[in-house]
Amino acid sequence: MITEPAPGLVTAATGPNSTVLSVRGLTVDYLTDGAPVRACDDVSFTLRRGEILGVAGESGSGKSTLITALTRLQRPPAVTTEGSIEFHSRDGSVDLVSLSASELRALRWTSLAIVLQSAMDALNPVMRIGAQFVDVLRSHDKGLGRKDAWARASELLGMVGISADRVRSYPHELSGGMRQRASIALALACGPELVVMDEPTTAVDVVMQRQILAQVLRLRRELGFSVVFVTHDLSLLLELADRIAIMYAGRIVEIDTAHSLYANPRHPYTRGLRDSFPPLRSPLRRLSGIPGSPPDLRNPPAGCAFHPRCPDRFEGCDQERPLLVDGVACRLHQSGENRA
Amino acid sequence: MSQPVLEAREVSKHFPVRIGAGRTAVVRAVEDATLALQPGRIVALVGESGSGKTTLARLLARFYPPTSGEIRLRGKAVRGKERDYHRDVQLIFQDPFGSLNPLHRVRYNLERALRLHHGVRARAELNRRVLELLDRVSLSPADQFVDKFPHELSGGQRQRVVIARALAVEPKVLLGDEPISMLDVSIRLEMLNLLDRLRTEDGLALLYITHDIASARYLCDDIVVMYAGRMVEGGPKDDVIASPLHPYTKLLIDSSPDPDRIGGDRDALFDSTAEDLGEPPSLIDPPSGCRFHPRCPFAMDVCKTAVPPRTELPNGQWTHCWLQQEETR
Ligand SMILES: Nc1ncnc2c1ncn2[C@@H]1O[C@H](COP(=O)(O)OP(=O)(O)OP(=O)(O)O)[C@@H](O)[C@H]1O
Ligand SMILES: Nc1ncnc2c1ncn2[C@@H]1O[C@H](COP(=O)(O)OP(=O)(O)OP(=O)(O)O)[C@@H](O)[C@H]1O
Ligand code: SF4
Ligand SMILES: [Mg+2]
Ligand SMILES: [Mg+2]
Repeated sequence: MITEPAPGLVTAATGPNSTVLSVRGLTVDYLTDGAPVRACDDVSFTLRRGEILGVAGESGSGKSTLITALTRLQRPPAVTTEGSIEFHSRDGSVDLVSLSASELRALRWTSLAIVLQSAMDALNPVMRIGAQFVDVLRSHDKGLGRKDAWARASELLGMVGISADRVRSYPHELSGGMRQRASIALALACGPELVVMDEPTTAVDVVMQRQILAQVLRLRRELGFSVVFVTHDLSLLLELADRIAIMYAGRIVEIDTAHSLYANPRHPYTRGLRDSFPPLRSPLRRLSGIPGSPPDLRNPPAGCAFHPRCPDRFEGCDQERPLLVDGVACRLHQSGENRA
Repeated sequence: MSQPVLEAREVSKHFPVRIGAGRTAVVRAVEDATLALQPGRIVALVGESGSGKTTLARLLARFYPPTSGEIRLRGKAVRGKERDYHRDVQLIFQDPFGSLNPLHRVRYNLERALRLHHGVRARAELNRRVLELLDRVSLSPADQFVDKFPHELSGGQRQRVVIARALAVEPKVLLGDEPISMLDVSIRLEMLNLLDRLRTEDGLALLYITHDIASARYLCDDIVVMYAGRMVEGGPKDDVIASPLHPYTKLLIDSSPDPDRIGGDRDALFDSTAEDLGEPPSLIDPPSGCRFHPRCPFAMDVCKTAVPPRTELPNGQWTHCWLQQEETR
């Protein structure tokens, strides 16, 4: 599946503003006893080189399902039933959905890296932190000597604010914040082009969160990777991301630049979500959040999944499902022929 | 300002812990905390994880006694076991899943509180009051919720039942320990609005513990900031947020997401709070002097040796920071 770029040719595919990831119609089902639960439904988006794409949505909206499908880390009963994930790496383009396990292994760390919410998932509890870096570094660069690998490990940990004297610590000897930073540094150890993060800072304090994210941004300046960043904290994403995709009930309901999404949200859910975060400094007004609760995906509402909670619903919203057109999936913004 | 209904006066809580090999140590979880809750007012208690917020709430709820200092209810020091204490003071936990009896329907969970604290026995009376409580927390139509089991409710609905149960007691003080942090973002506001209504309608005194300063500002009148077991700053919310006196408060506020800042240089925005501050301190062997001094960019010699006294400003804002002492001298 790997298509080699013509030698010596700098194609648009590796230029600074080119597409690094192109997801089309990705659909993921959980095959449970009852009817399948569709936790990712016809998800499409592109990610440009060097871009930070945020994914926000409430609990159960399918964010983690999307991330694990993107990185092929999903486990049964999750199954990708449709769609493609084209990854345009330095070494050519591949469809991650149809990659074999060994092809996938070759990409992991060097091209595609993952950071999950719990650092303990990424770190081996019985191995010194530095040794884990050395292992990863040397398995992807056979020519790298032990000594140089240890030096590189110290350097990487230093970049996330962990001093050289902690390199020989075991994970449990570090604080939660340090472990999380170590797992971020580990993800970046082999210079990946794409880093996918699922709630990487949800378990840490705002002060530590800020430090970690500042370090990620610094590293991104140096190394130039792209990021998909998942969180339920839209207020944080608005500051961090270039563009943001809003998920509701397994679908992207709106995708736009952080600035437009904040200043001018088009989907009623996006507006409700934005207005669920009281401002830190600007004048306070009464906010109401979004009445009702997110749907049970075992039994999703017909039509637009948001219609039972939508303040703007109108005739037909309970029957016709709006598709994502021009960055928004809402019937208020579509002409007749775009409706599903 | 009216008299405080519940107060903590210079309370400390030290937990003895084993540190292996038969040795023990003491976790200095709360040190010299003073706090007053007034009817119809909401105080938000903010601070990083492990700063002692829950411990202070539990001290106020008489979950355990303070190591030193005293808790005062309506001006009188509370000592020993006071049976009726929880008629006045109710604590709501973070986790709406753990705090309801899962084997019993909503009705039973609420009736039990009514029986225990008010001796209500008559069936019709119990029924009336249960439905009334559900209405007050906007679980309506109430008769649709009253016979449900906790697992049949969403997180937000469950947390409302927890609040309804606390209200069944008709307390004067409600202590909310991160009452909304487990809830979906879209339904948190409803909960904050409900707490706000209880304050206005019933004149409840409320303590609202949170990590989220923006939500604290939305709900409360005053903010108190804790760091490593000590209160470092407090005062009217807008003064504390707009012009924090303590370097930790400033760091906390600058680190909080604020979408109104977007549009400028993102990397510069994040870099401004990116200095590596090291880790939060151990409470077994807390830093001497000001507990923030190892991480404070302005630390002076005196900060390392002496606990900063309280400095008060005319607007009601106060802090424990040597910088302010210097300035007021
Ligand atoms: N193992 C599973 N079996 C069946 N259904 C599942 C399973 N895991 C997840 N789901 C369903 O998939 C939906 C999406 O879950 P997912 O974990 O992707 O949401 P999320 O957006 O990451 O939520 P959170 O913010 O809570 O992490 C859930 O609503 C749930 O119903
Ligand atoms: N029963 C206990 N025994 C020993 N140490 C304790 C006990 N309860 C709390 N502590 C310690 O006291 C300190 C303060 O804990 P507390 O739970 O009050 O913090 P918090 O501010 O509520 O944190 P969070 O925001 O994470 O809830 C912590 O270091 C904690 O480990
Ligand atoms: S499609 Fe209809 S129900 Fe859905 S968000 Fe738009 S207006 Fe609301
Ligand atoms: Mg998730
Ligand atoms: Mg706590």
